[in-house]
Amino acid sequence: MPARESITCFPEIREPLLNTRSAQGKNTRVLPSPFDATDLGDLGPEESLPDLPDVSEVETVRHFTRLSRLNYGIDHGMYPLGSCTMKYNPKISEAIAGSFAAIHPADGNAMHEILEFCCLLEDCLKEICGMDACCLWPAAGAHGELTGMLVIKKAIALSGRKKNTVLIPDTAHGTNPASCAIAGFGTKSIPSGEQGYLTAEILKEHLNEDIAALMITNPNTLGIFEREIHDIAGLLHDNGAYLYMDGANLNALMGIARPGDMGVDCLHVNLHKTFGTPHGGGGPGSGPVMVRKELERFLPCPVITRDSREKYTLTWDRAHSIGMVHSCLGNMGVLIKALTYILSLGAEGLRNAATSACLNANYLKSRLSGYFDLPFSTPTLHEFVLSDLRQKDAGITTMDMAKTLMEFGFHPPTVYFPLVVSGAMMIEPTETESLDELERFAHAMETIAQMCLTRPEELHESPGTCPVDRVDEVWAARNLILTWGSFESNKGDMVSK
Amino acid sequence: MKIPEGLNYTQDHEWGKIDNRTMRIGITDYAQGELGDIVFVEFMEKGTQVAKGESFGTVESVKAVSEIYAPVSGTILEVNETLAETPELVNQDCYGDAWMVVIEMEDPSEADSLMDAEAYAEFLSAEAK
Amino acid sequence: MSYLCQTDEDLKTILDTIGIDSAQEVFSSIPVTLKYTDRLDIPGPLDEEFLRKTLAGRPSEGGFAGGGIYRHHIPALVDAVASRQEFLTAYTPYQPEISQGTLQGIFEYQSMMASLTGMEVSNASMYDGATALAEAALMASRLKGIRRIIVTRTTHPAYRAVLRTYLQNIRDLELVEIPFDPDTGRTDLRSLEEAVGEDAAFFVQQPNYFGIVEPMEKIAEISSKTGFWGMVITEAISLGIMKRPGSYDPDVVVGEAQSFGNPVCAGGPLLGFFCVNKNHVRRMPGRVVGMTKDHNGRDAFCLTLATREQHIRREKATSNICSNQGLCALRSALYLSAMGPKGLRTVASQCASGARYLMAALKDKGIQPLFGAPFFHEFVMKMDEKKRLALKDLGIIAGIPIAADYPELPDAVLITVTEMNTKEDLRCLLENL
Repeated sequence: MPARESITCFPEIREPLLNTRSAQGKNTRVLPSPFDATDLGDLGPEESLPDLPDVSEVETVRHFTRLSRLNYGIDHGMYPLGSCTMKYNPKISEAIAGSFAAIHPADGNAMHEILEFCCLLEDCLKEICGMDACCLWPAAGAHGELTGMLVIKKAIALSGRKKNTVLIPDTAHGTNPASCAIAGFGTKSIPSGEQGYLTAEILKEHLNEDIAALMITNPNTLGIFEREIHDIAGLLHDNGAYLYMDGANLNALMGIARPGDMGVDCLHVNLHKTFGTPHGGGGPGSGPVMVRKELERFLPCPVITRDSREKYTLTWDRAHSIGMVHSCLGNMGVLIKALTYILSLGAEGLRNAATSACLNANYLKSRLSGYFDLPFSTPTLHEFVLSDLRQKDAGITTMDMAKTLMEFGFHPPTVYFPLVVSGAMMIEPTETESLDELERFAHAMETIAQMCLTRPEELHESPGTCPVDRVDEVWAARNLILTWGSFESNKGDMVSK
Repeated sequence: MKIPEGLNYTQDHEWGKIDNRTMRIGITDYAQGELGDIVFVEFMEKGTQVAKGESFGTVESVKAVSEIYAPVSGTILEVNETLAETPELVNQDCYGDAWMVVIEMEDPSEADSLMDAEAYAEFLSAEAK
Repeated sequence: MSYLCQTDEDLKTILDTIGIDSAQEVFSSIPVTLKYTDRLDIPGPLDEEFLRKTLAGRPSEGGFAGGGIYRHHIPALVDAVASRQEFLTAYTPYQPEISQGTLQGIFEYQSMMASLTGMEVSNASMYDGATALAEAALMASRLKGIRRIIVTRTTHPAYRAVLRTYLQNIRDLELVEIPFDPDTGRTDLRSLEEAVGEDAAFFVQQPNYFGIVEPMEKIAEISSKTGFWGMVITEAISLGIMKRPGSYDPDVVVGEAQSFGNPVCAGGPLLGFFCVNKNHVRRMPGRVVGMTKDHNGRDAFCLTLATREQHIRREKATSNICSNQGLCALRSALYLSAMGPKGLRTVASQCASGARYLMAALKDKGIQPLFGAPFFHEFVMKMDEKKRLALKDLGIIAGIPIAADYPELPDAVLITVTEMNTKEDLRCLLENL
């Protein structure tokens, strides 16, 4: 291995499962016990105590602290994950969201203020996107997509037209067709143009009476701005169809261009991407949906209304709404963090963030295009895609390169997506990276490209210094050990490779 | 790429071996290669009637799940139980021990439209382009 | 505030490397007609102190409100450990080599949820209990022959609303609602029995929305006549004392685990859970973590069964879910570890005892609950809306009015007691009633 700067080194920790530390009587926690014990026989209670590990507070803290040290996080270093926008998570957002922790949604007085903040967030998001109405309740991007497609389905149903199919470009995220299926649409994949963006000509070939909508991501997952989007919107509208935009890549557009101006009828945004709320190891995210005026009445319940006396209330009295999509008010804590972020940056800050995000990505593209194949020469914005074409001959796969990047202290980029590029590596540094960090990454990628020529075997072996080496996913799927209980009872029988 | 003679092939990469009124069915070497290490297989039960082109089961690897389609219509007579315990057999011996089901053919003439080994080989090279 | 970290010199280097003269040229691929030339009309930039003052949560007493979201004691260690940046800022664990912390944490969450529900498998979380129920109904609808989804009116109204939303465009699927017995507050078993059949899937909430304990033995018997059935648990704390749902042999147990270590936080983020037995594991939506070994034989964890998920199966996926409630699930694991078996039982018992204490005191004052059947820690009583608002002005949240969802129960209020209420709180409420 070449000498690598050990900026991020993992400690040597092997932490057994929590239940192996359990022993009766270890947990001596004292709990609030304001009430005298009463006879609870009428509950038909379970005789045995809940089946949980019995461990002390110290052991709980040490166990999970050790586990945390096996994780990479944004505060360690860059995550160049395309279409994920892994930007820095501001600490002030955490502090402010924390002050709302104790408020129960039934506390009308406290909630009034919160509804006011939600309205402010709605206004900001509508302004950024150039849209007319907003719903904050979808709990994630996919949830937002489903909500948006249900809105479109209802609008179409009410119009009496029969339109059952949604067109989806072949570069789309997997949630797009999956969301359409639940909303009751069939889907049809359409190819991107030769230059990596959808053209009005291609759309015309696929447009017919049955088409209800086109789902587009802009910029798309190749990082390319869909320059014909306005014409595409026109064609769709003439056909009585709608344009849905997946807003995952909004980070390239804040203050620069607005989906509403592009002809978008409905979109979702990802607060955990563009607006810097933490990913939490898989969630919670948030996927607010925005629509044009025409579609406003179909938005989910409840809707925040503001009367002339600045009084904010929730109303469920919406005759054409698609209904509720969440049992309460979505991921409220996440909404507050996103609002904090927007207000911290202001208009200038958001525009600068978008600009810097695109500059950083283009910088890396310039640095790396000498070593890696760039499948499209079309200009890109906040992310770009490399393929494994140049390294394939040395028998190196994108997977090998991704695993080796971990040796250099980076999380790999998004790999094998979009599907249209062989061995795709989608790279999005975001704006919160210094030139130092960008250079460190470029240097790592260059070194890997050189290793493909001089020491390819080492790439197959990596990673070597991470908490674990490449894992056996086949073994995992064949044995399906999904709980420690299953582990205990299957110790003898597990299928070996 | 193994494409044994004497078998019928479908465009969905299944093979069928005819024996009187029955057809033994599995997936081809190409299919198992594309899927990667097989982790799970599941079929409809014995006695189920399937139509030509209808899915009668799934084959799963870590990166994909594929439906398996009936090359001909009929009733499922036998199901290969060993694949539940040892799905990796599909990778190791897809034309032999990893046969999947035996169907009693409703209309043997349906097999006429299937490809022979040569035609399947041509089909594969055309697909590759 | 800006989180950029580049100097003017850095910018010059970047522009030179890219080969452009000014930063705005990076947007040359955007047609001029689509460029936004105005300044966004949004407030800011605001400094941290100003934000702390303006975006502050008002102190809230909490009172006696529940209804699917519950105030419970959260040991301090949960915040302390869950806020570690390695857990908080980590991405989805698609690269297992550098995500073992998240993966093992979620595996342990799955293990504990499976144990508590008495089922074999749990997924890595859903958005909330309502969408978990909706996904369970979708899962049932994909089974051969299921044409009807049956829920009882004792199921949380918001859950039924979300269910309606999710099912509205699913072909050939009917949603049926079963009435409740107005005396007991329980599901009308006769109606349920008449409604079920091989072509139906039914779901029952336990304890139900009124806080009432449903007669699960009888319901389990009825289930033998139906194609698929599930239990919905909106108050996870009840798993600390009530009979394990799995012992009734449902096909699925779903619900809300916000009570396990997640604050009420004005309504979210919440934590849906989804548990099945192994026979349904391949139909289960959402991510799931499995145990494996790495190439050196070392124990490791990774996401598994990914082939069911949206990024591979796309329109044929078991669900469209991608991001889930990962950090909330981790907080649950921390909570359950901090509480232990006795701790969880104590909390559950305290909640139930507190509610009985309040009930007894109300009866002493001549106030009867609306329903006669046993309850867990919530119950319904009649309370004049004027009275309720008067209590609100005194700073007492005296439950949740439910007449809007149950017009046949005018002035009905759902009152909840948890271990966070004190005898003093109760005295205050009683005095002012």
